[in-house]
Amino acid sequence: MASSLLQVRNLTTRFNSERGRVIAVDQVSFDIGPGETVAIVGESGSGKSVTALSIMRLIPTPPGRIETGEVIFEGRDLLKLEDAAIRAIRGNKIAMIFQEPMSSLNPALTVGMQVAEPINLHRGSPWGKAMELAKELLGRVRIPDAARRLASYPHQYSGGMRQRVMIAMALACQPRLIIADEPTTALDVTVQAQILDLLKELTRETGSSLLLITHDLGLVARYADRVAVMYGGRIVETAPARELYKNPRHPYTLGLMASVPRLDGEAGRPLVPIEGQPPDLAQLPPGCAFSPRCRSATDPCRVSRPPLVEVGERHLKACFNDIRA
Amino acid sequence: MTSELNGAAAKMPTIAAAGCEEILRVQDLKVHFPLTKGIIIQRQVGTVQAVDGVSFALQRGDTLGLVGESGCGKSTTGLAILRMLDPTAGRIVFEGEDITDHDKERMRPIRRRMQMVYQDPYGSLNPRMKVRDIVGEPLEVHGEAHDPAAYRERVDRLIGLVGLLPDMAERYPHEFSGGQRQRIGIARALALEPSLIVCDEPVSALDVSIQAQVVNLFMELQERLGLTYIFIAHDLAVVRHISDRIAVMYLGRIVEIAHRDELYKRPLHPYTEALLAAIPVADPEVEARRPRAIVKGEVPSALKPPSGCRFHPRCPKAMDKCKTVDPVLTDLGAGRAVACHLHVVPA
Repeated sequence: MASSLLQVRNLTTRFNSERGRVIAVDQVSFDIGPGETVAIVGESGSGKSVTALSIMRLIPTPPGRIETGEVIFEGRDLLKLEDAAIRAIRGNKIAMIFQEPMSSLNPALTVGMQVAEPINLHRGSPWGKAMELAKELLGRVRIPDAARRLASYPHQYSGGMRQRVMIAMALACQPRLIIADEPTTALDVTVQAQILDLLKELTRETGSSLLLITHDLGLVARYADRVAVMYGGRIVETAPARELYKNPRHPYTLGLMASVPRLDGEAGRPLVPIEGQPPDLAQLPPGCAFSPRCRSATDPCRVSRPPLVEVGERHLKACFNDIRA
Repeated sequence: MTSELNGAAAKMPTIAAAGCEEILRVQDLKVHFPLTKGIIIQRQVGTVQAVDGVSFALQRGDTLGLVGESGCGKSTTGLAILRMLDPTAGRIVFEGEDITDHDKERMRPIRRRMQMVYQDPYGSLNPRMKVRDIVGEPLEVHGEAHDPAAYRERVDRLIGLVGLLPDMAERYPHEFSGGQRQRIGIARALALEPSLIVCDEPVSALDVSIQAQVVNLFMELQERLGLTYIFIAHDLAVVRHISDRIAVMYLGRIVEIAHRDELYKRPLHPYTEALLAAIPVADPEVEARRPRAIVKGEVPSALKPPSGCRFHPRCPKAMDKCKTVDPVLTDLGAGRAVACHLHVVPA
């Protein structure tokens, strides 16, 4: 699609572990349009975070390596850029927000310096000017008394306030894309709602796109325009959010939805769990990664890997069987 | 203020369905931790009021959910009930016996009847012990392991009860996934045939697809063994699923307690409302229609709780009265109580 801001094509990322080669991300392709919020949802080990890190070229090498694929951003393949060129994009045109704000902030620098740093670095603004802008940004992420808080250190902030600082840093250079990897998992639910509402509102104002990485189907339903469901390093289903929830077509997506108790559901009725365990990436079955846990698996599922095929408008699934809710 | 609270708690009627046997009564429970300064000469410079006046009653076979955000005192309440922490004030009556002041020796027989399942399935199992020994340890500690054959059979039965395979008994914890480890923890908790199990965030560390397996196991075991649960979690959707009644906690207090469906359909306390609104439902169409009452700010420190109602600085409906007068948890009948000036008719 020509209008995409980011196109990921056949991205494959491998890690060499003591237990052998692990393909953490396997032939992953998706697009993000301008201003769009795309969610990648999956459990631990599904490859969702490695996908995000691969896009930013933040895979530690060794042990990791991006094997194949393209990440086209504004007409350039990020995977082919020189280190200096990718550094000019990171934190500038593509910003990232991580799960644990405390370990992403430098404890020895004031918050003001950390928010001002990308402005100074990427925009070349002198420190005085960058600090002015930092103050404005802290105000925009609703940190009260921003002028005074500029001189505080991260440990003087609460968890929610630290994540607001991370958002301020991410917004500092008016990025085209923000990648948020489980941005609220460490926060309390009422604070989670505040932070994500703020992030959504600010991206709407600036027209930035948002890639939201999460395990929470509820957050996806609330914030995402489009969803990719990952399992065992692969995208197993992708669709516009409303379509995915109304008409899930992959047995894993269906299984996830049936296994989560819903606040508005009928309480006390037994949940329908997905039997078995999430896959061990070092010992994936030859066929569909979900086949050992799948109730509808047939012989072909165990031998060959189902490709992602279109089943509706912008709705793709990787399953041989015709599954419906 | 303290004496006023004590008086209120003493008057507080049983908030539970009638006609069943009461297994646990907690009355005006307080757990305060002193905050000290200095290494050699320590002096107390403050008090963390982790739990500050919690009262509820629990019927045999029921599940009470304790929900709230971090620092609300839900885990401390659980630990104090099991007497793993000493209460600062209040009373804990378990199976008709006041255990508030029991020493270690007198707690020993009580401990058989009340057990705990922990959040972290990795940290709560000894990595050097085989599953068989982990599950059987409570039996040994309580002197029920003299007959080797009977002991073996009992451990095997426990392992089967939680859905593990017989040959897994000879393996070590690191060979198991998070969900399986949580099953081992549950088998250990069941070893002495307790009547009450305090479950502290037992599924929060598990993957989404595994949570349902463990939640279902808890519910099956309750039905088969007539267990009573206190289910502590921050995930209101999970708590609502498994609990009969739910107590919502905020900064060391219960702000509302109600039947799970009542609590969801008609939340009375503004904090309950905010908590419900903050949790997204996995359906974009439902989400688009839901009200979004967002509360301001974050939970304040339990070291210096706000005056009056502890929720007032964040409450969208706060009135002048809320800043000065601490609302008392008041029984509204039908197993429901709330601590909010909006819902309490002045006496």
